[in-house]
Amino acid sequence: MINSSSDNVKKLNSINRRMFITSSLKFFIMVGLVSRLFFLQVKENKKYLTLSDKNRIREWKLAPVRGEFHDYFGNVIAGNFEAYQLHVIPEEVEDFRYVIYRLKDLLELSDKEFKKVLKKKNEIKPWETLIVSDNLSWKKFSKINNHLYDLNGVKPVVSISRSYPFREKFTHILGYVSQANENDVENNETIKKRFVPGLKIGKVGLEKSYENEIIGTNDIERYEVNAYGRRISQLEFQKGEKGKTLRLTIDTEVQKLSNELLKDQAGSICVMDIYTGEIIAMHSSPSFDPNLFVFGISKDDWQLIRNNPMKPLVNKTLQGNYSPGSTIKPIVALSALENGIINTNFTVKCTGKTEMYGQTYHCWKKKGHGFVSFRNAMKVSCDTYFYEIARKLGVDKLSETAKKFGLGKKVFGDLFDIEKKGLIPNTQWKKNALGKGWLLGETMITGIGQGYIQTTPIQLCLMTAQIANGGYKIYPKITVDSEKNENQADKFIQLYKDSKNIKLVQDAMFGSTNEVMGTSYRSRIDNPKYQFAGKTGTAQVKRITERDRELDLKTFEIPYEERDHALYIAFGPYKNPRYALSVLVEHGGNGSTTAAPMAKKLFKKIIDRHPLRQSVNNKKYLEI
Amino acid sequence: MYQHTRFNNNNFNLLQKFKNFDYILLICILLLGSISLATMYSTDGGKILFHTKSHFIKLIVFTLMMLIFSFINIKFWFFIGYFFYVLVIGLLVWTYLFGIQSSGSQRWIDLYFINLQPSELMKICIIMCLAKYFHRMKLENVNSIYTILTSLIIILLPMGLVIVQPDLGTSLLIAISGIAVLWFAGINHKYFIYTMLGFLISLPFIISFLKPYQKLRVLTFLNPDRDPLGAGYQIIQSKIAVGSGGIFGKGFLKGTQSYLEFLPEKHTDFIFTLFSEEFGFVGSAILLLIYAIIIYRILVIGASSRSYFAKLFCYSFGAAIFVFITINMSMVLGLLPIVGSPLPIMSYGGSSMLATMIGFGIVMSAKVHNQQSIA
Repeated sequence: MINSSSDNVKKLNSINRRMFITSSLKFFIMVGLVSRLFFLQVKENKKYLTLSDKNRIREWKLAPVRGEFHDYFGNVIAGNFEAYQLHVIPEEVEDFRYVIYRLKDLLELSDKEFKKVLKKKNEIKPWETLIVSDNLSWKKFSKINNHLYDLNGVKPVVSISRSYPFREKFTHILGYVSQANENDVENNETIKKRFVPGLKIGKVGLEKSYENEIIGTNDIERYEVNAYGRRISQLEFQKGEKGKTLRLTIDTEVQKLSNELLKDQAGSICVMDIYTGEIIAMHSSPSFDPNLFVFGISKDDWQLIRNNPMKPLVNKTLQGNYSPGSTIKPIVALSALENGIINTNFTVKCTGKTEMYGQTYHCWKKKGHGFVSFRNAMKVSCDTYFYEIARKLGVDKLSETAKKFGLGKKVFGDLFDIEKKGLIPNTQWKKNALGKGWLLGETMITGIGQGYIQTTPIQLCLMTAQIANGGYKIYPKITVDSEKNENQADKFIQLYKDSKNIKLVQDAMFGSTNEVMGTSYRSRIDNPKYQFAGKTGTAQVKRITERDRELDLKTFEIPYEERDHALYIAFGPYKNPRYALSVLVEHGGNGSTTAAPMAKKLFKKIIDRHPLRQSVNNKKYLEI
Repeated sequence: MYQHTRFNNNNFNLLQKFKNFDYILLICILLLGSISLATMYSTDGGKILFHTKSHFIKLIVFTLMMLIFSFINIKFWFFIGYFFYVLVIGLLVWTYLFGIQSSGSQRWIDLYFINLQPSELMKICIIMCLAKYFHRMKLENVNSIYTILTSLIIILLPMGLVIVQPDLGTSLLIAISGIAVLWFAGINHKYFIYTMLGFLISLPFIISFLKPYQKLRVLTFLNPDRDPLGAGYQIIQSKIAVGSGGIFGKGFLKGTQSYLEFLPEKHTDFIFTLFSEEFGFVGSAILLLIYAIIIYRILVIGASSRSYFAKLFCYSFGAAIFVFITINMSMVLGLLPIVGSPLPIMSYGGSSMLATMIGFGIVMSAKVHNQQSIA
């Protein structure tokens, strides 16, 4: 009994001791748990709160509304319209097959279109939006709305889409928009940020160049979603901002006239303000309707555009490298005068051809011009005269002047990624590019704008403008007020050594247009209000063989691809110049018969519209 | 002393029993029950649905059962110790042979009105069995090889039956309950240290024997971001829920993590997560405090008990409850790998609540009959 009771005491001591040890342990563990809770809930609260919100809140971006393009007078040339669309989120549809076949009936989809929709459905995730139709007619749209009770999960949507009211008139300036592809998203951070499925972005032209300014910001819808991604409630709707609206320097009326003039022909017209560098019109023909691209162009339409031999997809004004032909002559003349090679009394006898270095160089006039002086040579565009002064001048000095006046480099800088530089050759260039020495004969043909020399119509226009304004540098621009114009100096930089030389060239160009025997005499306007000065050009597409010379075919007798390009550059009004232009008609035959008459019509229009343009300008200042 | 015992033995009236009742413990249990009911209501999305109703009924039935158990003399519980153990072993064997299969394991038996999980009951009855085993043993015999082997067999037998279900988590909890009794019974602490060392050394081998999903749980615990949408999902979402609760919580019925169904198993193992999200640090601390008071009261009852069996049971049961709570909370707070272990009373699940309430009933009986000695 005693034994047992002492054992009991021992047992009790043991259990109590261990109870105490255990309790202390429990206490510390409890403290540990509380501190863990404190750590998670108090210290790290922000982090987990963010994570929790990230869990439950999902953002849906909607397509931003693109800014518009206006012409100089505020007319909308690229605007927005409400497109009726039909969206389906496959996940939210109970019986997708039923709904899609029902839609096929209601929308009268062809089998081909239907297959396309099914293919699209397979490419997207079930919770992504399937755009069944992106531009429904109002009739079909209302029909769908009437049948909605039966079409669970189908959403009729009114979406804002691009429209080009003037269709093909501005295509080569504005470009067009179309659905963004992977490359577009990858290469542009802004697009990447604003991207939503079906987003349309500028593919070429100003639509592309000003993408970041006009794209606009997304509307953002914030929804609370559950773990399976189902929307529970809308928390917020954040209205996006419409993209910036850009006002262009283009005059729609002049642009329309350019379109008309080049109708059914391949070519380019551009018109520029010689003081401000504002582009009044810029057209490349043929053009195409950019509206076709907005909702994806059909295969047939695409083939039609692509296979057109006149190459509507090429912007000839900026991308077309052409031999300038005789339109280079004002620069050759100016260069010779500036470098003191000739003076106005310098005379050459033209017999129709010159033998030089074992080669025969022909003047365009077989019989020759006889004795020609500086002014006459320009007026009649005597090739022999220009062979001679080019030879005396040398290609390096010529190229220097040509480059100074804007040839051989991009007129718009980086604005248009498609713009070509053209080519103003010199001895150094030939050595580097072709590894051969320069031949004197090559200098001679460069003097009449043939051979290696290549210019774009916009460069010729700029060159003319800079001669017309008295020899001052201008910075061509196509938007009225945009950040991209900022770097351009507002002070004119002088391009000449002696202003007298510029006057002489202007005067010679005046003769070429307004005096008997002048190459564009027939296109002159006598009224001093419209009177302009210009220079024709006929650029050979292929080398003229002896046989061709003997045949002496008329333009319409030569196959289209072998006909000469017709060029014309001009500025006016002569007394008080304000505008310069360049016209190019591919395979147009002859500058004086094809290109110059267009200039006549253009000048009438431009000068008639000048007061209106000025008034817009003045109004702007008054408002300030 | 004898007089006293006699008095208790013979003239113990109902009034006296009510007087002896531990009201603090009872209030805490009822409080916990109410909190669990409210939380269950929240898991049902703020509506009285299946889980809430079922939990409510169980709570009422099992609380009444606990009260009835309180009035049954502690001697009775001592008396049925082995029998209860054998009965549950029988149920486990029955489970192994005829149990209901669900999601790859066989843990339940169909009793028509309730699906019983005998392994949960084993957590309690192993304590009863071992407490009875050690009750009359002399201290010098406690550390004999025979005793240790017998008690190990008592522990390993149900463990084995539960592991084959397979349910590693519950079998470990059974082992912990058993080991707690061994510890309080006075088995030499060296054995515990050696076992611990042996366990640590053999851990790599044990891991190699684990089933792939168990290995995955361990790996996920070590780095939840390994597979955030797969195996790590539960623990990440759980931590987010708790962490985003902040000091005062998101408010009752406003836990976004649970409402929007990011939380896994929110009725059962992860119920604390939901509670913590809605009531924050303050609420969680209060809940922990209630648990702490319950455990404290159990220890006080044990200390004031006359019989060694009652002491051993109370201390061990207190320790076991504590371990269950700790393991569950550590799991949802990302401190331990995910093992299926419910939070006592809070979690949805009849068997777990039944077992806990039986435990509370016996503790209460020990309080009511604290002057009762067992021969």
